[in-house]
Amino acid sequence: MTSAENAVKVRTRNLDFYYGTARALKNVSIDCFDRKVTAIIGPSGCGKSTFIRTLNRMNDVIAGTRVEGEILLGGQNINAPEVDVVELRRRVGMVFQKPNPFPKSIYDNIAYGLRINGMKDKRKIEETVEKSLRGAALWDEVKDRLDDNAFALSGGQQQRLCIARSLAVEPEVILFDEPCSAIDPIATAKVEDLIEHLKSRYTVVIVTHNMQQAARVSDDTAFMMLGELVEFDRTEKIFTNPANKLTEDYITGRFG
Amino acid sequence: MKPAARKKIVQALGFLALRLAMGLVLAVLALFLYDIISKGHGAITWEFLTKAPRKGMTEGGIFPAIFGTFLVTAITALLAVPLGMSAAIYLHEYARQTRLTRFIRLSIRNLSGVPSIVYGLFGVILFVNVMRFGTSVLSAGLTLGLMTLPWTITASEEALKTVPNSYREGALALGATKWQMIRTSVLPYAVPGMLTGTVLGLARAAGETAPILFTGAAFFLPFLPKSPSDQFMALPYHLYIMATQHHAVLQVRPLAYGTALVLIALVLGLNLTAVIIRYRLRRKQR
Repeated sequence: MTSAENAVKVRTRNLDFYYGTARALKNVSIDCFDRKVTAIIGPSGCGKSTFIRTLNRMNDVIAGTRVEGEILLGGQNINAPEVDVVELRRRVGMVFQKPNPFPKSIYDNIAYGLRINGMKDKRKIEETVEKSLRGAALWDEVKDRLDDNAFALSGGQQQRLCIARSLAVEPEVILFDEPCSAIDPIATAKVEDLIEHLKSRYTVVIVTHNMQQAARVSDDTAFMMLGELVEFDRTEKIFTNPANKLTEDYITGRFG
Repeated sequence: MKPAARKKIVQALGFLALRLAMGLVLAVLALFLYDIISKGHGAITWEFLTKAPRKGMTEGGIFPAIFGTFLVTAITALLAVPLGMSAAIYLHEYARQTRLTRFIRLSIRNLSGVPSIVYGLFGVILFVNVMRFGTSVLSAGLTLGLMTLPWTITASEEALKTVPNSYREGALALGATKWQMIRTSVLPYAVPGMLTGTVLGLARAAGETAPILFTGAAFFLPFLPKSPSDQFMALPYHLYIMATQHHAVLQVRPLAYGTALVLIALVLGLNLTAVIIRYRLRRKQR
């Protein structure tokens, strides 16, 4: 079984997702455990990005989409009418495929999330900026140039800035949507180290097309194909002794 | 001939055609400006810019027309800028992309192609008659505002389109409300483009004659307008009179050229303002 010694933080039950009439997720049930890293792998178009974007309702902004089934965050259905999607997204942070810092200073990028949540205390903002940058292992590289534009950073640094930005609003869950697909191998290694550290405090869900990455960083792995969950188990089990023939074919590189 | 050499010749011919086309456009513009500047600059004096016309408009200046044009353009801006930008923000950021919004967008594009005389006549009915603003600077300004709206909306929407979606997603993912997202992560990057398009639309409105002809512009007024319900003189209309309707057309020809020069300078000035605004805002973001 999966990492059951920790509590379930995010649980999906019979999750279906539609773009118009096209069904992108079919009956997906996954448990993401607190302070563990759950990886979602699978070939392009298998629905893994769609899946992770349902967890903070980022798909809401796409017209004509529909969710069926349950997504529970700490036991509460996030699609229930009384749930405030804005608060949900503060609790469930997201790091995107391409680094997407705002065209503002490094400092303002981190402070952004605090300011939109009504924080006015300058000292507190300053403290949080430092804490978040340290949390994303970026502080030493940028502490002398916090007023520089974020676009002046390298791609890998930008991605860590985006991670720091999401840490600043104190989320409970952090979603990574192929966070390393646009950065070089050395920067990738740094982001992977960081994910390793983050799981001591947060629930982490990561979508990746890189199987080695899933094997390195995750505790549990879900393998998806054509919108369906094929297999979900401890990462070790998935990569050494998968139960399903399709999983085995995929991780041994027979397709994908 | 070798294929490689052939390719180069084709390319050289292509560039030549493009250069000729551009040269032709520039030549016409240069000729046009030369004609107006050479015949108009003699009329430009301090008195011409600051005094009212005298002796049946055969002497004196065009200050009332300059003043009137500024006034009517200000009213145009008051209507077209806030309304146009808001409509664009709604259409691009809030409205669901349905058949209805596509139809609305198409209608707006079509409205920007409606001849200005049609707006003028519409303004007479709506503002002068139905709303009883009379022939006034207010009616004329609102008419020009209606004419400028489609341009402002279209330009503003284009500016919004250039803001990458990743800024929007980044803001939303941090727990921003839609309005916070628009205010902090979209508008700062779209406003320079919005303003540029808007000012260009205003410059065009400032040079229009047909929409103000029946709604408020006067042939000659001994006084400056004191309130929005007064009539006014305007540069384009004044130019039209001086060039074609005056009883001593040949005698006032230099004054007409002078008026044309002032009008062109004003439009150019507005366009330059747009460039400067955009430059300043872009720099402030860095």
